[in-house]
This record gives sequence, C-alpha cells and structure tokens, in this order.
Amino acid sequence: MLHYILRRLLYFIPTLLIIYTAAFLLMRAAPGSPFVQERGLPPEVLQARAEKYYADRPVYQYFRYAWDLATLRGTNSIRYPERNVVRDILGPALPVSLALGVCALSLAVAVGTAAGVMSAARPRSAADYAAMVGALVGVSQPSFVLAGLLLAVFSLWLRWLPAGGWGRPSQMILPALALAALPAAYIARLVRAGMLEVLSADYIRTARAKGLRRRTVLLDHALRNAWLPVLGYLGPAAAAVFTGSFVVEKIFAIPGVGQYFVDSALHRDHPLILATVLLYAVLLVAFNLLVDVAYAWFDPRIRYD
Amino acid sequence: MTDPSGASAPAQASPAGSVRPALSPARLAMRRFRRNRLALAGLVILALVLSASAAGLVWDRIAAWSGEDQPYREQLPGIHPQPPSLVPFHPFGTDPLGRNMLARTLLGGCVSLGVGLAAALVSVAVGTVWGTVAGYLGRGTDTLMMRIVDVLYGLPYILLVILLLVLFEERSVGMRMAALFLAIGGVSWLTMARVVRGQVLAIRETEFVHAARAIGAGPGRIIFREVLPNLAGTILVCATLTVPLAILQESFLSFLGLGVPPPLASWGTLASDALGALNPVQTYWWLMAFPCALLGATLLGLNFVGDGLRDAFDPRAQ
Repeated sequence: MLHYILRRLLYFIPTLLIIYTAAFLLMRAAPGSPFVQERGLPPEVLQARAEKYYADRPVYQYFRYAWDLATLRGTNSIRYPERNVVRDILGPALPVSLALGVCALSLAVAVGTAAGVMSAARPRSAADYAAMVGALVGVSQPSFVLAGLLLAVFSLWLRWLPAGGWGRPSQMILPALALAALPAAYIARLVRAGMLEVLSADYIRTARAKGLRRRTVLLDHALRNAWLPVLGYLGPAAAAVFTGSFVVEKIFAIPGVGQYFVDSALHRDHPLILATVLLYAVLLVAFNLLVDVAYAWFDPRIRYD
Repeated sequence: MTDPSGASAPAQASPAGSVRPALSPARLAMRRFRRNRLALAGLVILALVLSASAAGLVWDRIAAWSGEDQPYREQLPGIHPQPPSLVPFHPFGTDPLGRNMLARTLLGGCVSLGVGLAAALVSVAVGTVWGTVAGYLGRGTDTLMMRIVDVLYGLPYILLVILLLVLFEERSVGMRMAALFLAIGGVSWLTMARVVRGQVLAIRETEFVHAARAIGAGPGRIIFREVLPNLAGTILVCATLTVPLAILQESFLSFLGLGVPPPLASWGTLASDALGALNPVQTYWWLMAFPCALLGATLLGLNFVGDGLRDAFDPRAQ
C-alpha cells in the first residue's frame, strides 16, 4: 500500500509538468500581449515591463515561473501589478473555493446516495420513478441555468436567501445546491444501478433468510458493495464541481478561485494563468490519489502492487 | 428500465415444435428498445426538436438566399424586449436588441446539436480506433495507450480547452467554430476508448474469434468482421450519451464567453444572455424559458434514448 502511494506520488510530478507545459505553450501561442492594452506607453516602458515579467525570454520564463510557483513564492500579477499571485490573489481565494467545493460534494454524495437507495429499495414504485426522472432532469440543464433559477426563486421572488456574497452560512446554500445538482444526479443513478445488481446476489438472500431487518440488509450488506462505483465517480465529480465553480462563483459573486481563471486567460495575465492552472491541477490530481487509496481501503479485493 | 417479462425471445435453444426463426441480437435489442416507453418518448422529443431546428435552418437559408436580413440577426424597430405574441409573429418574444427569439432559438438549436453530433463523431472515430488497437494488441501497447487515457482523464482538461479557445479568440468565425468543435470533441473520446477497449479484451478471447484465427484470418479481418460488429451496440450507446455531455460543455463555454461568436447563437449563449438580463425589477421570462426548455427537452430525450439503448443491448436483459 505504502509502495503504491509512493509510486503514485512519483506520477504526480510528470502529470503536473505536462499540464504546466501545455498551459505555458498555449498561453505563449495566444495572440495579443498582456501589455498592449496600455496604448501610448513609450517603447522603453513596454520593454521594461516585458523584462520584469521575462516575456522576452520564454525559456527562462518557463523555468522561472515554475520554480517560483513550486516554492510558493509566486510572482506579481500583470493585471494587478501590486499583488503577488500566491500570497495576495490565490491564497485568500482558495479557502473560499475549497469550502464551497467540499460542501457541494458532500451534499451531492449524501443526496445522491439517499435517492439511489430509496429508489432501489422499491424498484418501479412511484418514488423510484420520481427520483430517477428527477435525476435525469438534474443532468439536463447547465449549472448556470439552475443557479439562475435558484436565484430567481429563492432570492428575488421569495426573498428567503441572500442573492450573493460570502461569509454567512446562508450565503452558501444556493451556490452549493447549484453545484451539487449534477453530481448528485449521477450518483443517484450509479447507486440505484449498483443496488439493483447487488440485491439479487446470493449473500443478500442469505441475509434476508437469516431474518435480518430490511434496513440492515439494505444499508449494511447491499449498500457497502453498491457504493463502490460512486467512489470511482468521485474524481470526475470533483472535476465537475471545480469547473462548475467558475460559473457559480461568478453568478453568486463569491470571491473564490474560479473567477481568476477565465479572467486571467482573457487578459493574458501570464503569472496568474499558470498559477491557477497549477492550483487546479494539484487539487484534482491529489484528490484522485485520495480516491484511489480510499478504494483499496473500502474494497479489500483490490490490491495495488 | 426494460420490461424483461415480454422481451425474452428464445433465440437459441428454442424448444422442439417452435417454428419461430432465431433472431439476431440486434433484432432482439431493437425489440426490447421498442417496448421501452420512456425511450420511445425520448425518440419522439428528439424528432420534434430536430425537425424544428431544421425548419429554423431552412427559414434562415431562404431569407439569406432572397437577400433579406437573416431573421436571427435582424433587429426589429420598436421597444424591446417584447413578450411573446402571435401578431406580429414572435411566439418566443424578442430579445433586448429586438431580434426574433424564435429564429434565434431554432438556429441556436442547430449550433448546439451540431456541437453534440461533432463530439459524438470524434469520439466514435478516435475512441473506437484507440480502444480497438489497445485492446486487440494488448501487452505493452495496451498498457501505454491506456496509461495515456488515464493521464488525460486526470487532467483538468477544461482549463486547456479554455486556453485553446482563447488562442482562437481573434480569428474568423469559421476558425472559432472549428476550434470549438475540435476542443469539445477532443475531450469526449476518452470514455469511448475505455469502454471499447474493455469489450475488445473480452471478445478477443471468445470461441468465434479463435475459430476465425484458426482458419487463417488476419488481424484486419478479425477486427472488422468479427470484433467491430459485436461492438456496434456499445459504440451506439456510448455515442448517444456523449451528445448531451458535449451540448452541456458548449453551454458552459458559452457562459464564459468562449462559445459561438455573436451574433450567432446557441442554446448556451441564449441562456447565458438571459441570465445576464435577470433582474429583480422586471422579469423577461421568455428569454430564459424557451432556449432552456428546448435544451432540457433535448438532453432529456437523448438521455432517455441512451438509457433505453443501453438496457436493450445489455446481454443480461435476456
């Protein structure tokens, strides 16, 4: 197990390097420069700014930015020249995004599992059809439409919840719901399919024949096996929540990391683009590693060697 | 969600006296599919949306051909946005720039469906070849090719897609559309490659493939005549379920301002424009309702059909 984790950690570095290099190449190939917006600047000033950000020395820029980010020192952003990308921009934004993401993911797992178990417990019942049609509707709208609907109904019309901002728990409910809907729907479908398959297994019949309570059979015996596919889906689910946060943070005016990614790409803010890409990559790759380790812990049949 | 009670036609080992001819697996699957009411409903929804979008395209082409302003970009005089009305004929209302929402929604449907189909085509072409080669050759090639898929799966590819689209930001409309199609197609083949490879691994070891090899069939013949026909159902299911994901991806990119360039529209750009017009004082519900209803209906229909196909082709359903 330890051996496996160590080997996966070794994969970590080349994966990050691939992402960093791809992002760097795309960023350098993009037309337009981060400095051209300021028209009328004398060429000497432009030259000095390009030198400050190493824009005239691509190879040096590649290694220098990588080193600065790896040591968490960071460089100053181009768009906000006074602010360091690590200390002043992403550092304060990361806890916000993480809190929202963890909240949304736990909500998705809880709701999705509950709905899946309920509909598998009584297949072809009204509750089953309602849950599954609900799950399909959940995967049939982009998250920003759902966010807009929640906003319109609960903030503008009913005035129960604040329309945006960050800091109070009540401000977290709507964005977490909007982010959780899509993964929750997938998890519900996965759990239902897994449960239906497991429930026809011999050991379930044995458990029932022993006279165990229905609840014990469903939750202790069946769900434990049926839940495994959900673990496999958690990696993509985390990716969905992260990318969804670009949109949801924008709609609810949340000071998270999501806003910086698209803005920095559109403004060609080289240090900030690379820092954001690497941050997302580290989070996702680390989360995938955690999921794989959890897999081995949950399912003793899986061996990594 | 298939109905297993009526679908079990005794294709093999039919009892003596039965004159019913053996049905091919594909015919059996189609029979199971036809009994799935939800899947048929999905098919009807899809047919309606497709014909409406096609009608929108014809309308647009006729206007362009007769030299008028194309309805999706023509700005009508007067105060806008106006709610839906039949006289003048704006059943979906008009947008804040005075454009006919019916024309925009229908043409947007063509764009969204086009993105979905393009992604499905790419995933069928690339994913099938990748998965078949990896699964058939096996050993080191398989390990290497699947390792690449694993790494790509783990990448936050949407970040790279966004950077790629930024690269094409200032190019012509055609180039940007091509980049959008490629970017979305380029990320959709991974699932297909995995699924196909798993199936090829299983089929490669079946008796009929061994038999084909024993009579001297080469790899090309085995792949095209023995393996791929058995994969048709799997590929069809996977491609059907790729389309809704691609349409969602496009709407997501549209929201970020990286989708189809204006004044062209897709359901994603229409919905995200409507979200921008959302305010507590005045509701322009028709801006949001019609594109989202069509988008939702299409995705729902595609998911119904995809699920129905999956159940129909599932060998355990017999």
